[in-house]
Amino acid sequence: MKLLESEKEIISNELQDIVDEFQSKPENLIPILQKVQAKLGYLPLPAMEKIAQALNIPAVDVFGPATFYNQFRLNPPGEHQIKVCMGTACYMAGGNIAMESFERRLNIKEGETSPDRKYSLERVACVGCCAMAPVVVVDDKVERSVTPTRVDGIILSFETNGGKKEMETGQGKEGRKELEQSDREEPQKEGEHNS
Amino acid sequence: MSKMITITIDGRKITAPEGERLLWVALQNGIYIPNLCAIKENSRPSASCRLCFVEVEGFAAPVTSCTLPVREGMVVKTRSPRVDRLVQTAFELLLSHHRLECSSCPGNGSCELQRIAKERRLKLRVKRYKPLEYGTEIDDSPKTFVFDRSKCVLCGRCVWICHNIAKVGALGFSRRGLRRAVTTFGDIPLADSPCTECGLCVEACPVSALY
Repeated sequence: MKLLESEKEIISNELQDIVDEFQSKPENLIPILQKVQAKLGYLPLPAMEKIAQALNIPAVDVFGPATFYNQFRLNPPGEHQIKVCMGTACYMAGGNIAMESFERRLNIKEGETSPDRKYSLERVACVGCCAMAPVVVVDDKVERSVTPTRVDGIILSFETNGGKKEMETGQGKEGRKELEQSDREEPQKEGEHNS
Repeated sequence: MSKMITITIDGRKITAPEGERLLWVALQNGIYIPNLCAIKENSRPSASCRLCFVEVEGFAAPVTSCTLPVREGMVVKTRSPRVDRLVQTAFELLLSHHRLECSSCPGNGSCELQRIAKERRLKLRVKRYKPLEYGTEIDDSPKTFVFDRSKCVLCGRCVWICHNIAKVGALGFSRRGLRRAVTTFGDIPLADSPCTECGLCVEACPVSALY
């Protein structure tokens, strides 16, 4: 992932402040990573190198925990965040097919962000509406029964609509209600699985 | 110098310094216990390979000998049906993530997996499990050695040596679960990493993933 000039500046400016808050002890690594991610939205490699320097540990020892925990992301969140559910029900109903379709269409792998920063693709474990499997959450909006054709539809709607979320989803009133409920549950559920 | 004590391993009386870990006492006295991840200098063994199980009197279940300090009067059996079963399963699980091509492997003959298979009469074949997909990319960027990830069994010896003996810290673990791997910072080739090509990791690798 190529960094923008403005990002490099932010990294070098903000990071020192965060690192200075903590003592230079290896056990402060996770709190620092969390704080840096809260500030930047993700953990760029140059930031990890700086953290390693500050804590006086090899850079690979920062890279390890950062890739181990799901709560850390290495790529910036895209303008549109696509989360493909890989919970048991969605997986059985073809969640991996939806994931592969997105990967092919967007030409990025799971966990990556497209070079134009328009889309980021993630896998999540259960968004709490298994009856609608396979489920994909696009910018907090739940898409039900996602087939490769629907994947094309979702992306096309972004391309033609200039990113407007209003589009025909093929969901009835009931689906909507279900959705709202699952939306509310979502952050909590995700937290459980990611930590 | 610590106190000398006497323990019994497989009916043999052995004297050893108190507190020395059982695996090393056994190995020094010519009693072989399979092991991959154990490093004598490491005071905090990871005990991750699950191959060095032994039965110790007074313990309900088999214990990993690499973590167990010896005590006066300890009675140890290196083989039992329970131990054999644990080791067999652990061994097969390790093999399921190791590209088996012994005849064309540079480590043929000096491989620790081959030794374990021979000592415990285990097959160098994965029968019960589906072999995992392993990355096929080979890092041949260093001038003096090659890193073949498809053979890596994640014992962590190279990582420990790189950090604690070489004091370089080029190699480390990343990710988790099935995607766990030994990599460099940012998955860059070793030649671009802080690696000094000291070669200690190559010596440490028991399965010729580094050669």
